[in-house]
Parts: sequence; structure tokens; C-alpha cells
Amino acid sequence: MAEKQIHEQSIEELYAEANEHTINVGDVKIHAKRMGGKFRNLKWLSNLVWIVFFIGPYLRLGDRQAILLDIPERQFHIFNLTLLPQDLWMLSFVLLFFAILLAVVTALAGRIWCGFFCFQTVWTDVFTWIEDKFEGSPAKRRKLDKAKWDMPKIMIRAKKYSVWLLISILTGISFVAWFTDAYDLWVDLFTLNASSTAYITVFLFIGGTMFLAGFLREQTCFWLCPYARIQAVMIDDTSIVPSYDVPRGEKRGRLLKGKPASEDQGDCVDCNQCVAVCPTGVDIRGGQQEGCIMCGLCIDACDAVMEKINKPIGLIKYASWDGIMGKEEKPLHKRPRVWVYTAILLISIIGVVTGLSGMESLELKVLHARQPLFVVQSDGTIQNHYTLKVLNKMNEDMKVSISANDDDFKGLTMIGADKEIVAAHGTVTAVTIFVKVPRKNLTEKSQPIVFNVEGKDGQGKLYQSKRESVFIGPKR
Amino acid sequence: MSEHNPFPDEGNTGHIWDDNLRELSNPPPNWWMMAWYASIAFVIGYGLIYPMIPLATTHTKGFTGWTAIGEYKADLAAVEAARKPYEDKIAAMSAKEILADEALSTYVEHSGKVLFGDNCSACHGAGGAGNVGFPVLADDDWLFGGTIEQIQTTITNGRKGMMTAHAATLSAAEIDTLANYVVGLSEGNADEKGKALFQSKACFACHGMDAKGMAALGSANLTDGIWRFDEADKVASAKRTIAHGVNAAGDAKTRNAEMPAFKDKLSEADIKKMAVYVYKFGGGK
Repeated sequence: MAEKQIHEQSIEELYAEANEHTINVGDVKIHAKRMGGKFRNLKWLSNLVWIVFFIGPYLRLGDRQAILLDIPERQFHIFNLTLLPQDLWMLSFVLLFFAILLAVVTALAGRIWCGFFCFQTVWTDVFTWIEDKFEGSPAKRRKLDKAKWDMPKIMIRAKKYSVWLLISILTGISFVAWFTDAYDLWVDLFTLNASSTAYITVFLFIGGTMFLAGFLREQTCFWLCPYARIQAVMIDDTSIVPSYDVPRGEKRGRLLKGKPASEDQGDCVDCNQCVAVCPTGVDIRGGQQEGCIMCGLCIDACDAVMEKINKPIGLIKYASWDGIMGKEEKPLHKRPRVWVYTAILLISIIGVVTGLSGMESLELKVLHARQPLFVVQSDGTIQNHYTLKVLNKMNEDMKVSISANDDDFKGLTMIGADKEIVAAHGTVTAVTIFVKVPRKNLTEKSQPIVFNVEGKDGQGKLYQSKRESVFIGPKR
Repeated sequence: MSEHNPFPDEGNTGHIWDDNLRELSNPPPNWWMMAWYASIAFVIGYGLIYPMIPLATTHTKGFTGWTAIGEYKADLAAVEAARKPYEDKIAAMSAKEILADEALSTYVEHSGKVLFGDNCSACHGAGGAGNVGFPVLADDDWLFGGTIEQIQTTITNGRKGMMTAHAATLSAAEIDTLANYVVGLSEGNADEKGKALFQSKACFACHGMDAKGMAALGSANLTDGIWRFDEADKVASAKRTIAHGVNAAGDAKTRNAEMPAFKDKLSEADIKKMAVYVYKFGGGK
């Protein structure tokens, strides 16, 4: 039977490691314990940021919504600012800013976004709080999960699901309210007059919120969210993140009654409280891992235990791996990535600021016809064909006149610019212009020509916009 | 199958053969199962809403009755409905009236691109830029006249230019003199010798006493800087045209210049649109 013994031993070895590295794949539902503490309070505060999402659409400015992302009209209103599709390039700077901000924050202080601000975290937090209120402690919840569907269970679940549903409905409606008039939306939704797009979006949001925050929960962070993966590679040994103080904690061991701890035993009493409170069900003592959203709740739990057993708090704390391992920590200003990130942040801010400050109420774009580039006329003049696009961002139509720099072009004549053109507000008005110049007065094959539009608004204020194009002639 | 399970904690199904050969049960992760159920729900929902299962002669319709071709036709009908007021007016008005109406002529300028691309630009180039052997439409030089009515007539009935070959009636020296004369005319340095020959050989019969051409005949204006047959060596080009003519029967080296009639190919409204479209290239008179 010796042969069989070896066999069993090797199996034991094989599975010994498997028990250490359990991965949360959702086969066991995570019911995290809720307890108070510094980071718990901080988390409630950061959750409050999302109040803006719910009340933002109801702010008014004059007779319209203060912030309205009007997609059918292709206009974004942000208080006094109106953005048209032409201004969309600024969005790339805004996106760059937030992308880099995510990188900076993650590199310096870990997944702050994940732990404190992400809608998945916040909504799940609120949903499990409600679950805790109706169903009780994690132990009770686990029992209820296994219980038969009898009347009491149905009642408890019905209450929980209806509160969840209420939040989901509010979430859906609040989202849509950013894109259409919020007050009208409520009336239209309940009188069945809203657009199908509004209904579909609201229902998708209700379903999505229920599913993601109610049922999928931390599985989203594990398997669905790309940011979780991206952020993992931004963290290095210098990032300050919730960490288990390995030298101080190990070798972990349970406290035994009436028996002093052995000499090599560390401060970790292996109470598993840090695992119990973890919303994603990871064990922080295993080091940084994909499931850790760095919300700091394990710090609260461990500190509470340390106080109880009269040991200094901070066995789990915000610290860098270098700090934990006793290595010298580089100050912020000596880390090159801090400077690189700062530079990119500055560039994106400058981009947005220049964009916003350079926004004109009247904008001219000039398209030179490509086919043909020029036409020789019978009297020997060269004719070029332009399409002028006048963008009027004001709230009223405006009469504008068009001119070109005829100082540089002797004998220039313009066809199509003899009378004023009405530039309709909030849109682009296209005007066809022909420019003729005697061939002998051209000095180059391609010469710059500057077009100018100008007009006055109702108050008599002058607006103008210039745009350079080219005047093309035959080879010289 | 054994009665008691010697491997209790590994999640096997209890099916054990030959002491240790056993069937394990490793259910897929929860998120996987959720996604699987969600996709089943999606397929059912899809089948209820959209056409899905092909049957022998038809297919399941879905309760919305939506089809891709139906949506396409509805979109097309919407476009045509938007165009109808313009098209109705164009059908009722003359080309000149369309040109004078700012909204209508803008409509033609934008909608005429397809029609022009399909029928005209193969020879005349996009934007009326012209091609080797085919006239530029964007300039103000017109063989058969550049008014809106004349352009409309040209498109409707087509044009065929005509110039007799002079190789038999003129000597090589005379052709040379005349060619140099007309090229000089366009450049503003015509000589008296050529002028005398131009008159004695009755070139003016077609090209006019002032050599500016006649729209009724389609004869070219010889005084401007635009050449119907535009080649690098202008004198050689003019010599060929004088010697072999345009569309001259029986001359192998004659110039070919024919515009086909579009009256059988395009509707009257489309021809009016094309006339306005060509006029607005910048050369209309």
C-alpha cells in the first residue's frame, strides 16, 4: 500500500496551495460585515459626490436647464457656456486630463477612484447597506440565502428589491434628465409622452443598476471593469496603498487564553476581521491583488481589533511597499513620473483654457474648391471657387458682410459677396464665393488670401472673424 | 460507485471507480452563469421583437414587424417627402426661374452633385474642371452660348461642332500663317499678314469678322485665352485643327467633338437641374 500513500500525499501537496489562493469567482456570495470607522465615514462622504448626479439636472438658468446635453440639437449647455460640435476637440483635452488624473492618483495613492468614487462601488455600497438593514448581519443573510422561499423570506426580499428598484428608477431618470428638460421629462414619463429613447434608456438603467449593484456587485470589479486592470499596472512599490505590515504581523497566530504568545508570533491575531469587512472578499494580508479596490475598510476593522487587544493600531495602514519593507522612500518631487504626469495635466488644462478663451461668437471657415483648383476665364483672369462657412453661435440671426484682402491682389473682384448674408444663429451658413484676379497680377502659383466676415448684433456690437485660405493660379 | 466518499472535500459528484477515478463537479463562475442566462433572455427577447427564424416560405415576424428593408424604404420615403416641395416647384418652373430662386438654386447646387457625377463628370470632370478634349464648364467661354437657356438646350439635344478640313484647300504655308495669326490674336500680338489671309480665305464666315465666334454655329472665339483643344504647343494644335477640321467626314485626323443628347436619358426636370448646376460652376452668363 506504500504506492497509494505516496499518491495521496502528492494530491495533498497539490491542493495545499489551492486553498491559499482562492479566487473570488462569485461561486460564494460575498456578504461583507459593516462596521464604523474613519474610512467608513470617509466613504459615506465621498459617496455624497453622486448627489450632484441626482440634483444637477434640476438647476435652471433663465428659462432653460442650467446643464443640458442637447444631443438632437447638437448643443451642450453648461451654465452660460454653449458648446457646438465644432468645439468638441476640447473634449479630448478634458478626457486626457481625467485619464492622466486617474493615472496620477493611482500611481501616488492607489485606486482612490475604485474605493471611494466609482459608481459601481457607491451603488453597491448603498445597495448592500439596504440589504443589511432588511436582512441583518452577514450570518443572517447567508442563512436567508439558503432558506426556502416561504412567506417571511418573500416579504423581506420584496421590501429589499422594492427599495433597490426605487433607487434604480431614480438613477435611470436622473441620467436621462441630463439630456432633456428634467421637469418635462418627469411629466412625459408618467403621462406616457416621453420619447422611446427616453423609455429605453430609463429601462436599461433600471435593469443595469439592479443587475450590477444588486447582483453582480464586486464581480464587476473582478471580471468586467477594464479600469481595475489598467490601474493595477500603474501601481508600483512607491504607491501609498492600504497594506498589511508583513514584518510586524507575521508570523500570525491566534491569541490563546491564559497562554502567552510564542516568541516568533507577530501582531496579527488571525481574527479574519479584515476579510470579513472586505466588500470584494479579498484577504489584504496576501498583499496587493486584483480584487482590492483600496477602500480602506479593512484598516477600520483591524484598527478596532488592535485597540481591543491593546496593541498599536496600523497593522493594516496606508503605506507603500517600500515603506513596509523598511526601504528608503523617495520624496514625491524626486519621482520622474510625478513630473511627467504633472506636465501632461498642465498641457490638457492649457488646452481647455485656450479653447474656452478663444471661443468666438462668429467663426469663419473657408473651403477652397479642389476641382477645379482654378479656372482661366476668357478675359485672362483666374477664377477660384470658395465655400465660406459662417458659424453664428449667438442667439440671434445676424447680417454679415464678406471681404478679402484686396491689397495683395490687384484687380481682385468677388462674385457672391456684393450683398450682406444672413448668418442664421446656432448653425453654419454656407456661402459660395468666386474670386477673380487678373493673371498678370499673380506673383505665385499659390498665394495666401484672407477672408473676413463682420456684422453687428442687435445692440450694435461688432463681431468679426478672419480665415486664411489660398488663391491658386496656373504654373508660372 | 462507492457508498462512502473517500474524497469528501474536493467537490466530486460521488461517482468513483477503481478506488480513485472520480468525476469532479466544477461549476462555472457565477458571473459566467449570469451572463449565460442573460444571453438566453436576449435571444428570446430578440425573437419576440425582430424577425428571426426562417421558415419554408416566410419567417417569424416579431411583434414589432420591423425589417431592415422596411426601415430603409421608410427612410427613403422620408427623404423623398422632404424633397417633394422642391421637386414639384422645379417641375413647374423654367430653368431661369429656378436659378433666380435662391432656395431652389441652393437645393439644386447640393442635390445635383449625384446627377452630375453619374451623367456628366466622366467627360467634364468633377466640378466641371474639363478633361483633355472635353470643355471646361466652370469658365465663361461657351461655344454654343452660356445663358441658362442655351445650356439647357445643349444638354437636351446635345451638340456636334463642325469645321471643315482645310488641308486640301490651303497650302501648308497658309495654314502656318493662319495658325500663328489666331494664337497671336489670343495673346494680343496678331500680325497683318495673317489678318489678310483670315479675311481672304473667308474664315470670318464662321468665326465672325472680329474672330469672336458665333454661338449659333458653335464656332470658337479665337481672341480669348481659352482653347477648345488645349495643347501645350498652341500653334501646332491650331495647325491640326485648321488642316483637319472638327468632325470633318472622311478625315482620319480630324478633331472629335460631340456632346450627346440627354433628352432620352434624363427627365426634363433633371435637365433643368443640370443646367442650373452647370451654370453655377461660375461661368454662366
